[in-house]
Amino acid sequence: MSELNFDNIDSVQIDILREIGNIGAGNATTALSQMVNKRIDMGIPVVKITDFTELSEVLGGAENPIVGILLSVEGQINGMMMFILEQASAHTLINMLMGRELDAFESFSEMDLSALKEIGNIISGAYLSSLSSLTNLKIIASVPYMAIDMAGAILSVPAIEFGKIGDKALLIQTDFGEGGKENLYGFFILIPDMPSYKVILDSLGVY
Amino acid sequence: MEMIKVGMADLKACKFPDALTTLGLGSCVGIVLYDPITKVSGMAHIMLPDSTKISNNSNIAKFADTAVDQLIKDMINLGANPTRFVSKIAGGAQMFSFSSKNELMRIGERNIEASKQKLADLKIPILAEETGENYGRTIEFYSETGDLRIKTIGRDIKII
Repeated sequence: MSELNFDNIDSVQIDILREIGNIGAGNATTALSQMVNKRIDMGIPVVKITDFTELSEVLGGAENPIVGILLSVEGQINGMMMFILEQASAHTLINMLMGRELDAFESFSEMDLSALKEIGNIISGAYLSSLSSLTNLKIIASVPYMAIDMAGAILSVPAIEFGKIGDKALLIQTDFGEGGKENLYGFFILIPDMPSYKVILDSLGVY
Repeated sequence: MEMIKVGMADLKACKFPDALTTLGLGSCVGIVLYDPITKVSGMAHIMLPDSTKISNNSNIAKFADTAVDQLIKDMINLGANPTRFVSKIAGGAQMFSFSSKNELMRIGERNIEASKQKLADLKIPILAEETGENYGRTIEFYSETGDLRIKTIGRDIKII
C-alpha cells in the first residue's frame, strides 16, 4: 500500500474506516447504555473528511465551548483517540447519569467532571477494544485527559496530527440519544500516526 | 474597519484601518507582524514548527518558518518596510495536561519555540506574548493602535 493521504483517499479505504467507526461506536453506545441504565440509540456513523479549517465548524464554530476527552494510544497502533461532546450534550449525559432533570444546565461540579471523564474512558475503551478485536492488533489506551474549552482550541490537537500528513482530517460523527430521541451528539476522532494507518488497513487485508 | 478572519493554517495581511482575527487558537500559534509607521499588519495561524521536517509541506501557512517568510512578502506588497517590523505572538497552549513526555503533547511549546526562533533569525523584535498555559485563545489585532486583544473562556480580556 502506498502512503495513505486523506487528500487522495480511495472509497475502499473510506468504507473500511467507516465500518471501524460503526463497530466501535456501536460498542461504545452499548457501554454507555449500561452505564446510564437506559436504552441509548445510535444513528449511522458519518465518516467525514474535511479540511481542518472547517473542522471546528462541525462543532458550532471555533469559539463554541466543547468537552474533549483524549486518550493516547499505544501498542501495535500508536496515536490518539478523542471523544468530543458539545457542552449541552455533556450536560444531558451527566444529568442522565446522576438522575437529575435532563435540562438542568448549571456549571459542572467536580463530581460531574470526574463522571464525564469516566464516561469518556468507558466509551473510548469500548471503541478501542472493538477495533482491537476487529484487527487482532494489541491496543493500549492511557488514562483519559479532559479539557473544556473553545472547539478550535481543542480540535487543534488532532488537527496538528493530521496536519503532519496533509490538509484534511478524518472524523467519525456519531449521534446518539435516549429512547429514540437522538439528542446527544458526540464525535469520535481516531488519530493513528502515519505508520498505524497502514498497520490497520494491512491487518484487514486491504492493500 | 473590516475584521479579516484568518483560519487555521492560514495567513493574511492588511492595511490600516482593517483588523485581523483568528478564532480558537489552541496549540497553534498566532504570529502578528506590524509596521508601526505604515500600519500594515499581518497575521499567521501556524500549526507546526518546521516545514523541513514534513514531506507534504505545500501549505506554507501551516509552518512557522514558511508562514513568516510569506507574511513578510505579502506585507511588503502592501507597502510595509520590513526593517521596522515588530511582532506579537499568542497561543501554543497545552490543551490536555498530559504527564507523559510524549513529543506529540509538547507541540504547543515547540510551536512557540520555533516562532520565536524564526523571528529572532530575522531580527524582528517580539514586543509582547501571551503563550503557553492550557487554554484556548481568540486574538484580534488592531492596525490603528497595534493592540492585540486576547479573549478566552472564563478569563478577563487581555490586551498586549
